[in-house]
Formats: sequence, structure tokens, C-alpha cells
Amino acid sequence: MTNAPVYLDTASSEPLHPAARATLLAALEHGYADPRRLHGPGRNARLLLDNAREVVAEALAVRREEVMFTSSGTRAVQLGLLGLAAARTDRGRRIAHSAVEHQAVTDAANWWGEPVEVGADGEGRVYDGDLVEASTMPGVTVAALQSANHEVGTVQPVGAFPLANGVPLFVDACASMGRLPLPEGWDALAGSAHKWGGPSGVGVLLVRRRARWTNPFPAGDPLSRADDHVDVAGTLAAAAALQAVVAERGEVGAKQRALIDLIRARVADIPDVDVVGDPVDRLPHLVTFSFLYVDGEALVTELDRLGFGLASGSACAVDTREPSRVLAAMGALTHGNIRLSLTRETTREDVERFLAVLPGVVASIRERAGL
Amino acid sequence: MTAYSSKLTIHFDDDPWPERVLDCRGQLCPAPIIALGRHIGEVAVGELLGVAADDPAARHDVPAWARMRGQEFVVERPAEDGVPVYVVRRIS
Repeated sequence: MTNAPVYLDTASSEPLHPAARATLLAALEHGYADPRRLHGPGRNARLLLDNAREVVAEALAVRREEVMFTSSGTRAVQLGLLGLAAARTDRGRRIAHSAVEHQAVTDAANWWGEPVEVGADGEGRVYDGDLVEASTMPGVTVAALQSANHEVGTVQPVGAFPLANGVPLFVDACASMGRLPLPEGWDALAGSAHKWGGPSGVGVLLVRRRARWTNPFPAGDPLSRADDHVDVAGTLAAAAALQAVVAERGEVGAKQRALIDLIRARVADIPDVDVVGDPVDRLPHLVTFSFLYVDGEALVTELDRLGFGLASGSACAVDTREPSRVLAAMGALTHGNIRLSLTRETTREDVERFLAVLPGVVASIRERAGL
Repeated sequence: MTAYSSKLTIHFDDDPWPERVLDCRGQLCPAPIIALGRHIGEVAVGELLGVAADDPAARHDVPAWARMRGQEFVVERPAEDGVPVYVVRRIS
């Protein structure tokens, strides 16, 4: 019997949504021109972008003029976080952020100045009181907190705590955009289209109208909130995917939640496993666990050989050779780690097949280690 | 980077030092933890065992191992060559 490979790494990149594919093909034909030009093809490209902006604003329940498109999720993070910081350089150049932020946030904060990092609890949730306190430290001008953690799924208390001294809040919503409603209480917020089933190379940056924001990079008009240089067709396809994902999320999210609950329960029966993250207040499609005495690279490689594509946060499985900062900050086991994230089409049967092979794979790797 | 958290490591001269230290210098994750798992049964309940490991993952994984296996993580302190030694106590 042969089985089709099962892709379980949508938290890295979701397969293109059918709604995006159809839109992309149509838009490629008409969206080639520079949308800033005044000729007919330029106006067509501008119309497609305006259409995308309208769709995204409606899907996210924000105003059209608060939506900027960028060339990636990372670029949206950089422009959003550093744009808030660039408007407040008279007070300093420090950014306070949680220890469990995505690398794009920590890299940007490090590049800008000397950051202030605050810890997280055993489920990966930030100590929000620490973040509030850090935001009052001299020279801190922006605080950054993700909407939900990209590795363990835990939802963060965005909007639940007020920051003092008018310090604005940047939210990296790349892991949750489309899957969960946006939180309240942010000044700028970033998303990444390929995480929800749009094409890669499209980012969404939301900046509140009342927020002070200055382009942190070279720009003709630093105060202009015009789009970054964007792929017009890809952006419209991303908008179509977002609209579809938001419309489907009640049904898809409930199905995914139930499957992840099943996986969490069954994986916990395997000896010496750390199933991490908040079991309830979490992203619907994602779970992370670590097996004691198991090499993460061997685990991912063996599962791939059996037809299951998953990611690992273990040091031996990533090019930096450093363990996951997220798992380390939580006090979770960093070796033998895999992150499993479902597609919108993952079935109970796919999950059962995975759960049927996993214990044997873990046992054989442990056996080879002599345990 | 500024560490702004409640975690603080203080070393005292009278910190316990184990009679036996496993030498896992140069070994990558999860080898030092596998060594702990294989040898913890060789010390008596209540006694200490150390593991010298320069792999950065060990700093996180030794305490996680202790939590998961019902053992006690006691302290991290440097060996003479500066490599961290993670000291655990056998509880069960």
C-alpha cells in the first residue's frame, strides 16, 4: 500500500489556497505594471492593489488606510516595529520584547539598539507585568509582543495590559493572521501571506491612523505610508486567500482544534515526552513536543522517509546549531523536538497514520542510543 | 543583549560538587543527556552526578531532563577549564 506524503509544516508555509491560485492567474495578466504610474496598465495595477487593500481591511476589520503591503512578512515586521521606533528616537533607541518573539523581531530590535528582553512562563506566555515594567526603562521607546507563538502556539495577552508613558505596542501576528481574529491594543501589526495560504513574498503591515510612524529605511517621504515595492498579483492573491481563510476559519479551526487535541493526548502517552504550549488558549493548527534522548534531526529525517513532513526546533536540525530560543525560554526540552502544523485539508486519517508510526520511530532512535 | 528576568545564577564556594562528572565535552545534543540517562542509576539515591558539557543546549536540557525524570537539578558551575558542569541529584 502506498500513501501520499502528508505535509505537516504549515506554520513554516501553508500550501497556496485554491482561492489564491485562481486570483493569481487572473491578476498576473493585468497586474504587471508599476501601480504608481499614470498610464492605463499602471492604473490597472493600482486598481488591483486597491482591491486587495479593501479585501484585507474587511477581513481584518481595520480601515483601508491602515493597510500597507510589503515584500515579505519579515519586511512588514521591520517596517512596523522600527517605524514606531523611528518616530520616537528623541527618547532613545531601545525596544522591549518577549523572549519568545520570532527571529525577525529580535534581529530588528538588536539592529536598532540594545533591546530589553522579558521572560515567559512554562507555557510560553510572556510575563506581561515584566513587559510593562520594561517599557518604563530609560531609552525604551517601543514594546513588541507576538499575537501567538509561532513554535508552540500559545496565545499572548495582547491588549490585556496598558503600557505607560505612551510607549506604542508592535504586534507580530504572522503566526495567527487569518486563523484567529486580531487582538486589540496595538499600534502597528505585521502578517505574512504564505502563513495563511497566500503566495510567499507578500507581507501585510497595519499601522493605526493615530500611531506615530516614520519609515526607518531610506525613503523619499519618510512619513508616507505608501506600500513597499510589492508584487501586485501576489498581493491580490494573498488578499483572496485571506478572505477565504477568514470565511472558513470557524469550520476549519474547529476541525484543526479537535485534531490537535487528539494528537496532544496520544503523544503524551509516549514515554518521556514534553508536550509544550498552552493546551487550550492556542493557535488551532499547531503543536510542539520534544522526546527525551532523541536526536531531532534523526526524528525529522526518519519521519520524512515515512512520508511525513515536519519541522524541528532542535539545534541539530537547524543551520545555526543553536537550540530554539522559544523552547529554552520556556524551560522546555530543546532536543528531540518536532513542531506539527496542520493544513486546512489534513484529515483524521492522516493524523491517525502519523500517530501509528511515531511511537516506533521514537523507540528505534532511543534504542540506537542505548536507552 | 540585556537579560531582564528573575533568573539569576549565583555561585557559592560551598556549592555541592559531585564525586563523579561525566565528560561530554565536544558532544552535541542530545548526547550529554543520553549520558546522564545511562549513568544516573549508577549513583545512590540522594547522591550527586555531574555532566561537563559545552553544547549550549545542555544548559536548558539538563534541568528539563531532571523535571521530566523526577530528578533534581542542583546547580551549574564551571570546571577548571571553564566548561560548565551541570550537577544533578538522584531522587528516585
